[in-house]
Amino acid sequence: MNYILEGFKEAIRLLISLDKEVLSIVSLSIIVSTSATIFASIISIPLAVYFGIKKFKAKRLFSRITYTFMSIPSVIVGLVVAIILSRKGPFGHLNLLYTKNAMIIAQTLLVIPLVFGLTYGLTKSRGDVIERIAFTLGANKWDTIVLIIRELKVDILVNIATAFSRAISEVGAVMIVGGNIKGYTRVMTTTISMMNSMGDYPMAIALGIILLLISFIIHSLIYSYNRED
Amino acid sequence: MKKISILLLIFLLIFTTACTKNVETPTNTGQVEETQDETSQEQVEAKGSIILSTTTSTQDSGLLDFLLPIFTEETGIEVKTIAVGTGKALQMGRDGEADVLLVHSKADEIKFVEEGYGTERRDVMYNDYILVGPKDDPLNLKTDYPNNILEGLKRIAEKEAVFVSRGDDSGTHKKELSIWKTANIEPSGAWYLEAGAGMGDVLKITSEKQGYTISDRGTYLSMRDVLDLEIIIEGDENLFNQYGVIPVNPEKNPHVNIDAAIEFMNWITSDRVQDLIKEFGVEEYGQPLFIPNAK
Repeated sequence: MNYILEGFKEAIRLLISLDKEVLSIVSLSIIVSTSATIFASIISIPLAVYFGIKKFKAKRLFSRITYTFMSIPSVIVGLVVAIILSRKGPFGHLNLLYTKNAMIIAQTLLVIPLVFGLTYGLTKSRGDVIERIAFTLGANKWDTIVLIIRELKVDILVNIATAFSRAISEVGAVMIVGGNIKGYTRVMTTTISMMNSMGDYPMAIALGIILLLISFIIHSLIYSYNRED
Repeated sequence: MKKISILLLIFLLIFTTACTKNVETPTNTGQVEETQDETSQEQVEAKGSIILSTTTSTQDSGLLDFLLPIFTEETGIEVKTIAVGTGKALQMGRDGEADVLLVHSKADEIKFVEEGYGTERRDVMYNDYILVGPKDDPLNLKTDYPNNILEGLKRIAEKEAVFVSRGDDSGTHKKELSIWKTANIEPSGAWYLEAGAGMGDVLKITSEKQGYTISDRGTYLSMRDVLDLEIIIEGDENLFNQYGVIPVNPEKNPHVNIDAAIEFMNWITSDRVQDLIKEFGVEEYGQPLFIPNAK
């Protein structure tokens, strides 16, 4: 039992002294997950709004498939990206596997369905009122999408925050495509997993605390913004 | 709609529990039938199961999948294997989370027993490590130092060729570090990658980066088809690796299943099982992966 307490003490020491290794791991985590969230948002938000207000035949089926992909296990994404990027795979010549970029690609693919699905659901339930207004104002398709994104920006922001939380907290995909290489592809979650298999808890606990803090800060920011609106 | 889904969920839960029960009962009766030539039935229940904490290399090479079913069949003891690095395996022993250990870091193991966490330690077998690297071997290590790991590592460090280290405090990682130490080199720099991952992952990383790494022979052989790597240096005495078995001391952790743990130790060091170990891998790779040497 003692080692748990020791772990916490050591964790707080690491946090206060701004341990160099901890800092590099935390910053890499944030860089990778932020990039992935931004790319995923740029790609999927306009598309999600477009499909949300569009009326087409198999919309129910489409919704179901979308919601299924929202909960795709991260190891599956990792596996697919690893196969595609490995030396023998179709994009092997790019030498991307076990790099930071591979991690960004994997996390982007992981959260695209999440941002898409959440925004799609949002637009489906609240988009048609805005669409009708846009229509009476004589807006074209693109203007309508922009207007809806503007009107729903707070909720979309919450969606983006959710996607970021998913990205920064997943371990399966980054472990497979990153390889947890010290100083290159080691992020918070892979470190925690590795420290556990090494039986070395302090760093793992420190990173766990930071991970929770990051989530707390992001969600506080979003919700304070939400109330002002 | 909501009600229906809740009902469905409840139904599903009941169904799955019912299923597991259904599955369990026949196996139980099956076991009883198997051991019907008696006296053993009560023993089977009393012995129960043990947790074997071992290293990823014994698990990944398939040795345990080969041995443990035989052990369970002969003794009625179920073995739950947890494959982790040697550091974690020893820690599990200290915390009483395992009943018996099969690990390979001799100095740490002796310390473990001296500190009273294990009752005793016996040699089981050894395997050897190899240095693997790119097939075209840009440093010409294979021609210059086919059996000299120390000179090989010196050249890798000098030329700053990519070297992937396990970096996970496992037995293999400790072994690698001790060889660097013997060679009087402190590896660091952009060429020295610390993966913090298991052997299989490290081999894949090495193959992708076309670098060098030290691997156990078994994991390399079982994966060589998917790797762009070749054995570069082998047969150096510095590369040999001894495995030991240790029952966890019940004095420190009373819930340890010591009888079954000792039975496992006696079993794996018996002549018959030692012969089995020697046969393992010969059919598939043309060479044994582990050389038994229990006394």
